[in-house]
Amino acid sequence: MEAYINILPRLLPGAVITVQVLLASAALAFVVAFVAGLGRVSKYSIVRKITAVYVELFRGTSLLVQLFWIYFALPAFGIQFSPFLAGVVALGLNYGAYASEVVRGAILAVPSGQTEASIALNMSNWQRMRLIILPQAFRIMLPGFGNISIELLKGTSLVSLITLTDLTYKGLIIQNTNLSYTMPVFVMLLVVYFIIALPLIILAKKLEKNASRGVAKA
Amino acid sequence: MTWNWEFAFEIFPEIASAIWLVIGITIGAYIVSLVLGLVLTFARRSSFKPLAYLTYGFIEFVRSTPPLVQLFFVYFALPAIGISLNKYAAGILTLGIHYSTYLSEVYRSGIDSVPKGQWEAARAMNFSKIQTWFRVILPQAIPPVIPMIGNYLLVLFKETPLLMAIGVGEFLQEAQLIGASNFRYLEPITIVGLLFLLLSYPSAVLINKLEQRSKLGFGTRKN
Repeated sequence: MEAYINILPRLLPGAVITVQVLLASAALAFVVAFVAGLGRVSKYSIVRKITAVYVELFRGTSLLVQLFWIYFALPAFGIQFSPFLAGVVALGLNYGAYASEVVRGAILAVPSGQTEASIALNMSNWQRMRLIILPQAFRIMLPGFGNISIELLKGTSLVSLITLTDLTYKGLIIQNTNLSYTMPVFVMLLVVYFIIALPLIILAKKLEKNASRGVAKA
Repeated sequence: MTWNWEFAFEIFPEIASAIWLVIGITIGAYIVSLVLGLVLTFARRSSFKPLAYLTYGFIEFVRSTPPLVQLFFVYFALPAIGISLNKYAAGILTLGIHYSTYLSEVYRSGIDSVPKGQWEAARAMNFSKIQTWFRVILPQAIPPVIPMIGNYLLVLFKETPLLMAIGVGEFLQEAQLIGASNFRYLEPITIVGLLFLLLSYPSAVLINKLEQRSKLGFGTRKN
């Protein structure tokens, strides 16, 4: 038991990095999701095609491969990211691609009568999207975003493989210096990850429950 | 430094030779997750409440902690309590257990969508529990979720690079080794990405088709 208590404070600096990576990549993923999601429903076929290629590219290969590509292969083109930035960019682009599907699905789920009504009211395309479609689509997206945020947290552990000293990496260092700590270290790692995930889980459950509440059925 | 075709062609067979290992691990982990997922689904529905709650807790815990850390736990920490697995077994088991929690949710959604009348009818016909499950409920619950189940085969396939963390020589590990010994990472890692695209995109299209077809089939039957 003593080992477990010993380990916890030494893991905390790593947990801070993990949360930083999580927040930064969540912000990037959110922006990317809207840009790509709106691109997928654009009226210009070229925009639709480009965003579709982007989404398929990032959904069709694994996150770890993308992370390694950004960290190890991009320097060949003279672009050298720090481990932190490489992690944030890879996570943001990967989960942004997944989240863009949520955005696209939600926009398409808004009844077409809403679009027709706003055309009848002589609204511009941008007005229609901003005032009519997005406010209704946004609440449909929320449960999906909740789930993706948990996936994103799990994905952040991969940055330890490009030597960023996140929670997982800290745990590996402790385990390497004291092999008798092997069991306590990995148990504590799982527990700390779960504690970080807990607010996200509760939020996701809540969003899911609220999603169907108070929405007028067409 | 730019793309070197000669180097790319030279290393391609080396990386691609890991394909059978990757496919083997994917299928192994898929079988584990399919079976264990069903077990978890049943355990969660158990009328023995402690088992049901314990299973629920297990599913939530495994689903929301990183598979990478779970992999380290299985490979490095379990030997401390006498469970020693080689890296392949550890990888297959970890991925299998992780995704079994996802599949149990898929099964659950399928079972929940079977109309209540089916349960009542099975009871009225005096079916035993086993008969009810295997002759009435599961045959209706599973087919609509088959595309979702198939999708997890792809997800698992894309998760296999994770196993490089414990030294399993899959695509990425091979590429990393080649990159380190030649100081050229661009070609090997790009090849790995292309291999994944090449293998997963056609399957994704196939599953998509399957999904549309199954929707069609089940849509008409319901009406």
